[in-house]
Amino acid sequence: MNKKQKKLLFRISISLGLFIVTVILEKLFNINSILLLVMYLVPYIISGYDVLLGFFKNITHGRVFDEKLLMTVATLGALIIGEYPECVFVMVFYQTGELFQSVAVGKSRRSISSLMELCPDEAVVLRDGTEETVFPDEVETGETVIVRPGEKIPLDGIVLEGEAAVDMSALTGESAPFDTFPGCEVKAGSINLTSTLKIEVQKEAHESTAAKILELVENSSLNKAKTEKFLTRFSRYYTPAVVISALILAVVPSLITGDWREWVYRALIFLVVSCPCALVISVPLSYFGGIGGASSNGILIKGANYLEALGNVSTFVFDKTGTLTTGEFTVSGIFPEEGTSSEELLHFGATAEYYSNHPIAKSIVKAAGDICAPESVKEHSGFGVEAKTEKGTIFAGSKRFLEKSGISLPENENSGTGVYIAFEGTYKGFIKLSDTPKKNINVALDKLRKSGVSGFIMLTGDNESAAGETAEKLGIADFYAGLLPDDKANFLEKLCKEKKGKETVAFVGDGINDAPVLALSDVGFAMGGVGSDAAIEAADIVIMDDNIEKCALGVKIAKKTKRIVLQNVVFALGVKFAVLFFASFGLTNMWIGVLADVGVAVLAILNAMRTLKIKE
Amino acid sequence: MKKTFKLEDLDCPNCAAKLEKAISEIEGVRKASVSFIAQKMIIELDEGDLAAVIKAIPAVAKKAVPDCTVIL
Repeated sequence: MNKKQKKLLFRISISLGLFIVTVILEKLFNINSILLLVMYLVPYIISGYDVLLGFFKNITHGRVFDEKLLMTVATLGALIIGEYPECVFVMVFYQTGELFQSVAVGKSRRSISSLMELCPDEAVVLRDGTEETVFPDEVETGETVIVRPGEKIPLDGIVLEGEAAVDMSALTGESAPFDTFPGCEVKAGSINLTSTLKIEVQKEAHESTAAKILELVENSSLNKAKTEKFLTRFSRYYTPAVVISALILAVVPSLITGDWREWVYRALIFLVVSCPCALVISVPLSYFGGIGGASSNGILIKGANYLEALGNVSTFVFDKTGTLTTGEFTVSGIFPEEGTSSEELLHFGATAEYYSNHPIAKSIVKAAGDICAPESVKEHSGFGVEAKTEKGTIFAGSKRFLEKSGISLPENENSGTGVYIAFEGTYKGFIKLSDTPKKNINVALDKLRKSGVSGFIMLTGDNESAAGETAEKLGIADFYAGLLPDDKANFLEKLCKEKKGKETVAFVGDGINDAPVLALSDVGFAMGGVGSDAAIEAADIVIMDDNIEKCALGVKIAKKTKRIVLQNVVFALGVKFAVLFFASFGLTNMWIGVLADVGVAVLAILNAMRTLKIKE
Repeated sequence: MKKTFKLEDLDCPNCAAKLEKAISEIEGVRKASVSFIAQKMIIELDEGDLAAVIKAIPAVAKKAVPDCTVIL
């Protein structure tokens, strides 16, 4: 509790004590009515002076409707009709509710920021051969920082000296340590586990990935969910409506029956429950908790609106390469022509592709093992390579490339991604490559199915047969192949238009090439966000490690948060309307009214805080 | 452009809603979003209006929520 909260607690305790004593004294002795009023006024003023002051300040500023007005009118009204204990009790309890709310919100904020306590407060920097301890903001790029075992790495950089295991779990949620050695990139917020590292700083403190993550999560509550906006609008009408009903209830029946005291009393109960605080606070608090809980699991959600949209997700669209598959190609088949052995063909391929950086080329070279470099290579970008060796010229590339180079190819049924190879003008065969699905894809898809996602679609720029093969392996029935980035964006746009009602479409990609697609989907997931600022920028949700199962965890957190929000809305409104209903028939009193109102607020807040703890 | 401000002593969610409404009515502000939980406010505006908006904020904020301070 901070100073302000402690002061309020002190005031509440004192006034509660005085109030109880006064109630007992009133029961035991016959106290003069003026003295009794004074005895009740003391705790009333101690507990509520700031409310009363605020009310008068508001009036002088020309603003009327707020909870201070409501509480002032409700309690002063009770005082005027002679219900002294009610007057004090309502004020004390109202303040108790306020205190609880403020403590609870503070607590959630702290627990989220402790989840996010990524960056250390100091850095040991090497200047002119001596170690200086400074704030990380004061370290400039190019300087060298020293991180001892057990310490957190303060800034993003590259290891200069030392080898150590580093725990990146605060950034990625992945608990297995990483081995680092000179030349490795390391991120601020990781913990050095084993031995001293010297690190050359690459980014200033406020530009580190950790700082960006922190800012992103902190600002997430500024992107409000629809439910939240609706409640703000609702409360703008709810309070005046209840106050006007109270006014009517106080005046109209009284004029008919002449029993002013009874009807004014009933109207005052209306005022007690007219503050929509429980609702207005518990909903954003639930989303904030959900986002905090998700970020402790390595899922960064950029706003309550995205968490809400994810709770309604019905279809997941995946990019293939790098998302469903590892993006690494392996040689999956070698089809030599007659007279050529498999080894020979592979050798031709590898020699031709020796200098190429393309992932397909690399995997052929890797599969071949020992080879000698070609004498010279001419690259025909996007088509293939022409390599000269001692023995002759090798052509390796697409079917069209070979045909264009005047090599006749047999009609064959080779399909999928691969390289056609010719030597000295004669076609020699085909090397087939496929990219491997990530190991846990099936588990991830199963988890998504269990959490109620029904549609799975795979998009890829690869050709039809390669895509079909992967889709079949993964059990995804819907796939669209041969798409350019623009086609993917158009497809997503169409899909989002066609969906029914509240349902939403999520897209999962690597966040690097598919920024427009991420932007067009209702919820855009970027995988493997650490290290890619572009991904953090483009996506709505960033999965920090490369684990696709986290999508399912995200959906689970979103659905549970949605349920908690709904519980709170229904429960809080239900209780308020019940109190209004019973009060208008004279079936309840102010004690129950304020107990119900504050009780609902407390329970709703406690319920909202559960979202912090959603786990797998 | 977007500009973020920290807030101090923003005590209740209703106050946040009030502040948000008041700030978004300042001329030049395209959109204002106040988070009670983060105690922060983001304002969307044209860069040219920034100086004028910053100048207008304290008075508007004070009128809407007297207790709360916007840290400029």
